[in-house]
Amino acid sequence: MTRTFLGMPATAPAGVGQLRGEESFPAAARRSLADPQLRRNLGHATRTIRAKSAGVIGELPDWQELRSAGSAIKADVLARLPELLEQLEAKVTEAGGVVHWAADANEANRIVTDLVRATGSDRVIKVKSMATQEIGLNEALAEAGIEPVETDLAELIVQLGDDRPSHILVPAIHRNRAEIREIFLRAMPEVDPALTDEPAVLAAAARRYLRQTFLHTKVAVSGANFAVAETGTLAVVESEGNGRMCLTLPETLITVMGVEKVVPTWRDLEVFLQLLPRASTGERMNPYTSMWTGVTPGDGPQAFHLVLLDNGRSAVLADEVGRQALHCIRCSACLNVCPVYERTGGHAYGSVYPGPIGAVLSPQLTGVADNASLPYASSLCGACFDACPVKIDIPELLVHLRAEAVEARRRPTAESVAMAAAAYTMDRPRLYEAAQRAARLSRLAGRRGRGLPPPLNGWTGSRDLPDPPAQTFRDWWAER
Amino acid sequence: MSSRDLVLGRLRAALAEGGQPPVQVPRDYRPEGTLDLDQLVERLTDYRAHVHRVPEAAVADTVAGLLPAGATVVVPPGLPRAWLPSEVTTLTDDGLDNERIAAADAVVTGAAVAVAETGTVVLDGSPDQGRRVLSLLPDRHVCVLRADQVVATVPQALARLSPHRPLTWISGPSATSDIELNRVEGVHGPRNLHVILLP
Repeated sequence: MTRTFLGMPATAPAGVGQLRGEESFPAAARRSLADPQLRRNLGHATRTIRAKSAGVIGELPDWQELRSAGSAIKADVLARLPELLEQLEAKVTEAGGVVHWAADANEANRIVTDLVRATGSDRVIKVKSMATQEIGLNEALAEAGIEPVETDLAELIVQLGDDRPSHILVPAIHRNRAEIREIFLRAMPEVDPALTDEPAVLAAAARRYLRQTFLHTKVAVSGANFAVAETGTLAVVESEGNGRMCLTLPETLITVMGVEKVVPTWRDLEVFLQLLPRASTGERMNPYTSMWTGVTPGDGPQAFHLVLLDNGRSAVLADEVGRQALHCIRCSACLNVCPVYERTGGHAYGSVYPGPIGAVLSPQLTGVADNASLPYASSLCGACFDACPVKIDIPELLVHLRAEAVEARRRPTAESVAMAAAAYTMDRPRLYEAAQRAARLSRLAGRRGRGLPPPLNGWTGSRDLPDPPAQTFRDWWAER
Repeated sequence: MSSRDLVLGRLRAALAEGGQPPVQVPRDYRPEGTLDLDQLVERLTDYRAHVHRVPEAAVADTVAGLLPAGATVVVPPGLPRAWLPSEVTTLTDDGLDNERIAAADAVVTGAAVAVAETGTVVLDGSPDQGRRVLSLLPDRHVCVLRADQVVATVPQALARLSPHRPLTWISGPSATSDIELNRVEGVHGPRNLHVILLP
C-alpha cells in the first residue's frame, strides 16, 4: 500500500464551520471602516493590551531566547507530527482517555454529537475554543437538539448578543461596557434590571447567571492549548475559572484539538507557559492553568475523550513555506499590533481566525481560492512578525500566499491583465518608450491624475499615478 | 480506511517531499533564577491576592481573622488540623457534593509549588490540597505555602511537578480581561485569594 493510497493532504471542506467569509475582505472592511464606535472600541482595547504586554515582556531578560526556543519546538513538532500524535494517543489511552481522529469539521462534529448523545445530556458547557468555532460545533449540536452554553465571558456576550466573535482572545473586543450592559439587560434571563456598566458588576452578573448551569451540566466541551506527547497531559490556559468549572465539574469531558497543538515533552511547557500569557493578555501568568492526564479516579470527569482534528491542517503542513502558520499558539499579539486589524476589526476577515495570523492561516486551511483576498489584508509593515512569540514570519507568508492567489485565479482580473501588459511592454524597449511618452503627453494634455491608457488603467484605477516627469529617463540618457 | 489512518496518512504525505531534517531546539533561556520571597509577595499582591507572612504557629489565628463569625470551611482530608481555628465549622472532604462545597464560606488548602517571578501557586491534588473542585467553588481560597515550596522560575516549577497529577496553576483571584481588555477580578473562580506564607 502506498502513502498516496492513504490520502493526500486535504483542505477544510466548505459548507461547515467558520473559515470562509460571505464577502471579500475589502468589501467587508469598507463597512467596518464606516463604524466609528467600532474603531474607538478597538483602538482603546488594542492600545491597552499593547502597553500591558510590553511591560511584562520587558521584565524578562531572556524573551528573545524563549521565542527562539518556542519557534524551534514548533518546527520540531511539525517535522515529527505523525509520530508525536501516535505517542500522544498511546499515553492518553494508557491514562484512561479515549482518542478519536477527525479528518474534517463534519467528522469532528459527528463524533462530538454522538458522544454527547451517548451521555443522555441535552446540554453541554463549553470553554472558549478556537477549534470548535472553526468547525461550527455549536451549530451542529443545536441541530441535534443539544444546547451549547458558552461560558467564557466574551463568548457569552457574543452568544447573548447573537453576534460573531471578532478577536481570538477577546471575541467581544468590538463591544464596549455600555453595549455589553445593554446585551445583558436584553438577553440574560433573570438579570438585575439595575445592572450598571461597571466591568466588575457585569462580571458578577455572568457569575450568577452561569453558576447553576456549571453545577448541573453533565458534559463539557473544551479546546486545548497544549498536549504533551511524552506524558499524555492536556493543558488549558484561562482567566475566569469557567475553564476550571468545565474541566472539573462534569462527568464527561470532550476536548477538541487541532493536531498541531501537540508538543513533544513535559519540559517544553516551560517555554510556552512563559510566552503565551505575556504575549496574549499581557500578564506574567494568566489566573488559571489546568493540566490533566487522562482520568484521575475520584477527581474531575471520569470519562475523557480527545478528538484530534485535521480539517485542512495536513494541507498547510504540505506547504514548506506556509506550514509555519501552524506554529501559532493563538495568543493574538499580531492582531493587537496590526494597523489594518485596528481599523477593520475581526469580522472583516470572515474566518474565526482574524488579523495577520488569520490572513495567512485561513487561506491555507481552505485553499487560497476560497479566501483569495485575505493575503492582501495587510500593509506588510512587519509589526506582527516582531510581536509573534513563536516568530512566525507573517509578512513572508503573506507574499508567498499572494503569489499563490494570483496563480489560483482562473479568470484574469484587471490587476493581472495590467501587470501582464506592463511586463510585456517593459520587455520591449520601443513600446516602453512609446508608453512613457504617451504618459508625458497625457500630462501635457492636462489629463493629470486620470491614469494610464488601457489596458494599463487596470493598475491606475485604484492607485494614484505619480506625475510623469517632463522628460523620460531614456530620453535624458540618450541626450548625454 | 479508518479516520486515524486517513489523518496520519495525509500528514505523512505532507511531510514526504524532501524529507524532514531534525530540528535542534536552542534552550538558551534561563533555567533558574535567584529566589526572592519578597518578589513572590509583590507579584501575588500585584494581581490582587492577599499575602500574610506568619510563623506556622499563627496560621489558625490568621485563618480565623479572614473569615466571618460562624463560618463554614471546606478542607481536604490531609490538611494539618493545627491550621484550623476552633471557632469555625469544618467540612472535611469525604466526597462532599458540589452544592455543599459551593455553599461554604471558604476553603483552606496547602500547595505543591509556587513561582516567585509570576506570582503563581500550584496545587497538585496531594492530600493537603484535595480534589480540584474544593478550591474552585467557595468564594474565598486560603492557601498555606511553605517557603521551601517557592521557586524562582517557571522551568524550576515544572521540574518539581508530576504530569500524572491533576494540576491547577493559580495566579491571583479569578479575573477577566474581556471587557475593554482591562483586568477585572472576580468571575467564576474564588474572588478572594489569601496566601499564608510560612518561613
